[in-house]
Amino acid sequence: MSWLQILFYLVVLVVLAKPLGGFMARIYEGEMPACARWLAPLERAIYRFCGLRADQEQGWKSYAGAMLAFNLLGLLAVYALQRLQGFLPLNPAHMAAVSPDSSFNTAVSFATNTNWQGYGGETTMSHLTQMLGLSVQNFVSAASGMAVLVALARGFTRKSSSTIGSFWVDLVRSTVYILLPLSIVLALVLVSQGVVQNFAAPVVAHTLQGAEQSISMGPAASQIAIKQLGTNGGGFFNVNSAHPLENPTAFSNLLEMLSILLISAGLCFTFGRLVKDKRQGLALLASMLIVLAPCIVMVQLFEQAGTHAQQLAGVELSAAADQPGGNMEGKELRLGIANSAIWSVATTAASNGSVNAMHDSFTPLGGLWPMWLIQLGEVIFGGVGSGLYGLLLFAIVAVFVAGLMVGRTPEYLGKKIGAFEMQWASFAILAPCVAVLFGTAVAVLLDAGRAGVANPGAHGFSEILYAFSSAGNNNGSAFAGLSANTPFFNIALGFAMLVGRYLVMLPVLAIAGALAAKKLVPAGPGTLPTHGLLFVLLLVSTVLLVGALTFIPALALGPIVEQLQMLH
Amino acid sequence: MYKKNLFDPAITRRAVRDSFRKLDPRLQIRNPVMFVVWVCAVFTSALALQALLGHGEAPFGFILAVSLWLWITLLFANFAEALAEGRGKAQAESLRKTRRDVQAKRLLNAKDRTRHESVSAPSLRKGEVVLVEAGDVVPCDGEVLEGVASVDESAITGESAPVIRESGGDRSAVTGGTRVLSDWLVVRVAANPGEAFLDRMIALVEGSKRQKTPNEIALGILLAALTIVFLLATATLLPFSAFAVHASGQGQTVTVTVLVALLVCLIPTTIGGLLSAIGIAGMDRMIQANVIANSGRAVEAAGDVDVLLLDKTGTITLGNRQAVEFLAAPGVTPEELADAAQLSSLADETPEGRSIVVLAKERHGLRERRIQEIGAVFVPFTAQTRMSGVDFEGRQIRKGADDAIAAWIASRRGSLAPEVRAQVERIARGGGTPLLVAEGDRVLGVIHLKDVVKGGIRERFGELRRMGIRTIMITGDNSLTAASIAAEAGVDDFLAQATPEAKLALIREHQSQGHLVAMAGDGTNDAPALAQADVAVAMNSGTQAAKEAGNLIDLDSNPTKLIEIVEIGKQMLMTRGSLTTFSIANDVAKYFAIIPAAFALTYPELKSLDVMHLATPASAILSAVIFNALIIVFLIPLALRGVAYRPIGAAALLRRNLLVYGLGGLVVPFAGIKLIDLALSSLGLA
Repeated sequence: MSWLQILFYLVVLVVLAKPLGGFMARIYEGEMPACARWLAPLERAIYRFCGLRADQEQGWKSYAGAMLAFNLLGLLAVYALQRLQGFLPLNPAHMAAVSPDSSFNTAVSFATNTNWQGYGGETTMSHLTQMLGLSVQNFVSAASGMAVLVALARGFTRKSSSTIGSFWVDLVRSTVYILLPLSIVLALVLVSQGVVQNFAAPVVAHTLQGAEQSISMGPAASQIAIKQLGTNGGGFFNVNSAHPLENPTAFSNLLEMLSILLISAGLCFTFGRLVKDKRQGLALLASMLIVLAPCIVMVQLFEQAGTHAQQLAGVELSAAADQPGGNMEGKELRLGIANSAIWSVATTAASNGSVNAMHDSFTPLGGLWPMWLIQLGEVIFGGVGSGLYGLLLFAIVAVFVAGLMVGRTPEYLGKKIGAFEMQWASFAILAPCVAVLFGTAVAVLLDAGRAGVANPGAHGFSEILYAFSSAGNNNGSAFAGLSANTPFFNIALGFAMLVGRYLVMLPVLAIAGALAAKKLVPAGPGTLPTHGLLFVLLLVSTVLLVGALTFIPALALGPIVEQLQMLH
Repeated sequence: MYKKNLFDPAITRRAVRDSFRKLDPRLQIRNPVMFVVWVCAVFTSALALQALLGHGEAPFGFILAVSLWLWITLLFANFAEALAEGRGKAQAESLRKTRRDVQAKRLLNAKDRTRHESVSAPSLRKGEVVLVEAGDVVPCDGEVLEGVASVDESAITGESAPVIRESGGDRSAVTGGTRVLSDWLVVRVAANPGEAFLDRMIALVEGSKRQKTPNEIALGILLAALTIVFLLATATLLPFSAFAVHASGQGQTVTVTVLVALLVCLIPTTIGGLLSAIGIAGMDRMIQANVIANSGRAVEAAGDVDVLLLDKTGTITLGNRQAVEFLAAPGVTPEELADAAQLSSLADETPEGRSIVVLAKERHGLRERRIQEIGAVFVPFTAQTRMSGVDFEGRQIRKGADDAIAAWIASRRGSLAPEVRAQVERIARGGGTPLLVAEGDRVLGVIHLKDVVKGGIRERFGELRRMGIRTIMITGDNSLTAASIAAEAGVDDFLAQATPEAKLALIREHQSQGHLVAMAGDGTNDAPALAQADVAVAMNSGTQAAKEAGNLIDLDSNPTKLIEIVEIGKQMLMTRGSLTTFSIANDVAKYFAIIPAAFALTYPELKSLDVMHLATPASAILSAVIFNALIIVFLIPLALRGVAYRPIGAAALLRRNLLVYGLGGLVVPFAGIKLIDLALSSLGLA
């Protein structure tokens, strides 16, 4: 059954992603499909309100400037909302102002599409902060990522052009035509499954033991829809989608799992259509699936196999009708191992970070895959837009080495890859690695960093490494166990998130600008084909090799040694 | 020119000396990857000294061994570069020998070659005029203003047959260092001292002026980025390890020596150490192919060329039309026609005329006769009659173009048979040239003259096509003739009735579509097109203008040399790409060797990652470092010779090279490190 569920999930994902990808391509090319035309007045109204012109193109510097300014504005707004929430309406639980460092962390986290949460949502944020701050950022940070991807795609298709589109138009279209309608539909379906959506104060319940329990309420469904679709991952409730009011049924679980990867998968098809060669998009999607599917299988295998201690104790670990078997610590009994395995891999492959099980409680080798997927740089599906442009950076590097190997100046999609592109692609691949390794090193050196560790030994190291991997690659999922809501972690992780987001986005836009200005080289027999299996394998190897070579020493001191210790 | 053994003893000796000289940090810093190794070597030497004084972090012997092997790694990389340079330097020296202190005869007045003064060649400036007489060495590059002479250019081209140099036309360029064998030339100096052809050639082979090519720069950036990644991955291991010791409560923090060893093993030293050797060797191979490149950039661009423009004459065809067929008119026997054709051509020294005599002999066994002996009178070709022929024993035999002969017999009240007219049309349609032979008022038949395509050229174009290069033939012929030759030679396209403007437009058109265009040319009228082409091969026999417009000069003046140039360009890129892949793939095995060894005391459990079962932690680390150094030496021959190019299409080539250098790079170090470990432990060294 587990394997069937996994296969079913992957098939449904691809089947849904294809039409969505085609739809998105048409949106970005400016030819509105009939089903989206009713939203056009909204788009026009936004342009009128902001005094924008839809046909005004930008060069890469101007595009990047607009993107940065807009993101900075969002960051400041979220910071202000948290600091001032005590004086603002829609605060039935009378939440006080959030601390400066936590506000900084959260503001950065939501602006960078990381959605790392150092705080407990229902016990920290007012409804206004959640809706006006976090939910809005969930939309626009996702839309920013999609915009940058589309700009890069234009870099590949345009010939001797000085512009790469308009950030404002890409941002508005991503939000109005794609994210908004999809999340409204998803939110309504989730409400039908029992996810709460209200503005009520907490409900007080009396348990059978007579204890008093306060059950938080709020506009959860709307935020969950976009947190999944926009690869945000910041849950409404602290335990995220393990909470029954956030993820009540098996169907809601399936929908939420699909929506984690839906747009990222769809964007592969979009890219193929934008560069006028659908096979290129398929090759990128295939590269992602080749890494994703085995990871799900590995987590499923290791979690079902249980821990060494369980095996020694002779516990029955196989799944049966009346028991899930395997390692169920930290997993929801309603959902079981397969659904936790798919979710954990999908959420870390995409830079989503929402969880329906606690990765900290996975077996060491089960938990290794989610962490490793994050460390691969969030390019296997990755964040909406950001995942694909990240993978394209790797494609540039792969094409460069491969191009040399066939004796030709390397080119990708008809654009010659020169020193400028290599410089910025290397820089963008390097930046998150620096954030992760340097951040972890600082944390284990300082008392402030070591103090947050809950578990002794190698596991404690894994917790810190995971936190910085998650922040530096804008994932946002947590390994749990680490007390990260301290000034040190809030600030250090905040900077890691900034590096991991903008020091990738800016090089990508620079590359887009440089590519757009180049001529298009027609393909010939001497051109390396970039749509076949060979290239897919080469691209995957490049991603894996860079990821592995960078993080093997650190991983060896964390999860690998942990697993070995458990065996001894 | 001349090929040399890869490890010529004299060159090798000098390379060994040079590899020590190159340890100078000012030279090392040019190569970021190897500079990191240099810093590491200095650092571990200091650590070894510290250990000797009794405060070491690890046993003195171990630190010393690591440090020594880091120095050896540097020496090996230097040796590779020095060896590549040495081969060039040896060549440069033999070139310098041709440039003895030559005295030039500078004319006081360019118009008067009787009055000249003797000056030394290096003092000649551009624009001055010199006289070169039989036996003199040409003192400078220049253009012949006056005179005709045979010149021995063997010093430059290696070709011993003398060539003719004369004023005007396409053979007016002379090169400094060559020798005039007969007659005299008045030459205008074309280059200032230090800028001449020989200077460029010497600078090039010595590698002193070698600028990095665009792909080399891009690769350098990638290698630097990888170096930073590994620097970070190893540097952060120090705090990680301290935390691990703290957490596990056992062992000790990893030593700096081990981290340095790990760093040097991980950074791409293999390709970093061989990178400049590959570039120098590429230029060296060019020179061995008798091609002088203005820059490495041109060589690299040659690898990217996808459109090739070739002149028909001399490149695709033998250069002249040849008679291939006699077609007799009705009532005339073929022997009769052949006999008349031969008689009319006996005194005709043009290649076409000679080919008629040869054909008559081959087909009809007609021996060549001497025109004086048989008492015939030769009627030479004139622009007015456009015919040539003989008057012989009262017979008047003429041959010429169809309209000229038709006019001639019409004046004698003869007429052209419709069969002959049909033959003429058929030949013209097929791209050939019909010549009519007439005697008196009677047309005897038609000689079919045809451009003869060079043997083997079709196969070469097929090879180019498999490389992904389209060939376009350029010719002044009409499109009918051009099409037929194009089909016969197997070119992909042709440009008929080409003018210099049309050539330029054709190149621009292809470039605007994103193609990279190569062209070979020799004439002054080729110069604009050569300047516009991305890769322009000028023939050494060509004019000064053409040579200045080109970025490659072929000393053999063989236009199909482009194929070799393209191959060398591709080889250079392939060698770099393959060694990069190999270098990075090597790292996997090194991790398996070093990580368990480095943390043997803190986390003994990691021993199960040691799939090679290496003897001791110290031996594991040392083996990895030694392997890392030795692999550079093993790859020097490959770096100098280059990875073989095969025209089998990009995907097949990539699959092949990935298999050899990618998979090989993964597997080889496992075996290599294990072997070194066995050797070390059996010698009791670790």
